[in-house]
Amino acid sequence: MTDRALAVVRAGALTTVQDRGRPGYAHLGVPRSGALDAPAAALANRLVGNPAGAAVLETTLNGCAVRPRSTVTMAVTGAPCPVTVDGRPVAWGAPVRVPAGAVLEAGAAVGGVRSYVAVHGGIGGEPVLGSRSSDLLSGLGPAPLTDGAVLPLGQPGAGPHARVDVAPQPGPPAELVLRITLGPRDDWFTPDALRTLTTRAYRVSAASNRIGLRTEGPALERARAGELPSEGMVLGAVQVPPDGRPVVFLADHPTTGGYPVIGVVRPADLPSAAQALPGTPLRFVAVRRR
Amino acid sequence: MRALPVGDDALLVEVSSGEEAQALHAELVRRRAEGLLTAGEIVPAARTVLLDGLADPARLAAELTAAELPPVPPPPRETVEIPVRYDGPDLAEVAAHWGVAEAEVARIHAAAEFRVAFCGFAPGFGYLTGLPARYDVPRRATPRTAVPAGSVALAGPYTGVYPRSSPGGWQLIGTTDTVLFDHARVPAALLSPGTRVRFVPVTAAGGAA
Repeated sequence: MTDRALAVVRAGALTTVQDRGRPGYAHLGVPRSGALDAPAAALANRLVGNPAGAAVLETTLNGCAVRPRSTVTMAVTGAPCPVTVDGRPVAWGAPVRVPAGAVLEAGAAVGGVRSYVAVHGGIGGEPVLGSRSSDLLSGLGPAPLTDGAVLPLGQPGAGPHARVDVAPQPGPPAELVLRITLGPRDDWFTPDALRTLTTRAYRVSAASNRIGLRTEGPALERARAGELPSEGMVLGAVQVPPDGRPVVFLADHPTTGGYPVIGVVRPADLPSAAQALPGTPLRFVAVRRR
Repeated sequence: MRALPVGDDALLVEVSSGEEAQALHAELVRRRAEGLLTAGEIVPAARTVLLDGLADPARLAAELTAAELPPVPPPPRETVEIPVRYDGPDLAEVAAHWGVAEAEVARIHAAAEFRVAFCGFAPGFGYLTGLPARYDVPRRATPRTAVPAGSVALAGPYTGVYPRSSPGGWQLIGTTDTVLFDHARVPAALLSPGTRVRFVPVTAAGGAA
């Protein structure tokens, strides 16, 4: 084993390897996957001098701790959290030099859900269909991190790390507002249901994951019974299962589905959805198609 | 043909049958290959084709709505053969639905020529059509929590092969050792929309039945 590697000291609740995913294979049943808060992952890469599509670690709620075998530049972005190197506080949202054998720890998020840990050179390993992302729906890509695992690092490019102290980042949302265009199956719902969706208060459910943001709130009533034959699903699709509670499809969503899609969330709003804690108030706001 | 907008960059094109969806999918893939269409994803399904990553979905919608549906293209010459042991736990139930003896299920299934209508559910899982409509079967009332990889199964008008172990509600009629999806292989998926497929009966020992 070369020294271009990272040992996992504390895997955390759920830490996965993510890059920009594997779009383009939906016709084979392959989900797109990729970092849920893509701008935060891209920023982490920029801070350490990686291309935006390099693989990073995506943590969930309680961070992770890793020990590089060689001295590397690292950065933590996304959900704000205490960052330490061998126990000493260092900056969040900034490039940090981590000596060989030292432990970089991203602590529990003080807001938001997912922090991103980038390493100069990126997380390595063999890409699957062009991506190193862990896809938790279909099991493609590397398994979630486990304590004691060793991750290979990629070859660092020539790019220098960013000359910034702390990069500005949007805070996690106190209220999540998701702009939604109606359709393609809004005609499967009653006029009341459409009004309910776009005027009533919802909350982010604790059952949310990388596949979908689940919601708690008023159920949406269908105008017609019966089954919809399976059809293709897009990122941000708001699917309504029989219990009537809308589910917003995130990166690991299935490529086809049989529950009607009442609307689609603007992609620009999905990073904040990825950072919304369970219980966060949620509103859907209808917008016109561009 | 009806084109429904999906978000800002996608269209769901709805047609009236699975055959029309296959024909439309083949036509759209051809257009993309010839540089006449830019789309990130072209995803056929039961009665629809989804186009995602479009630059101007409104224009394409108008174009498609005005266009004639293309004829179903001839099936590809090559046929993927999938050896099957017809030993599934739901053979008796399927035989009862079909009103035939258990041994007949294998004969009827292996005599049909299948085509992959679309993929979904899991990487490499194809929804294959080809059995006459009288052989449609319902899903199981209670889905299994774990269907073994390689299970050959029926539901509605479709035959499918589970690429890996997963929960599932389809009726299991057989087993294959064929690897449906291997990310290290090119192409990774054995079956893609339009692929022609035949199931070849084999005995447990591996010989022809």
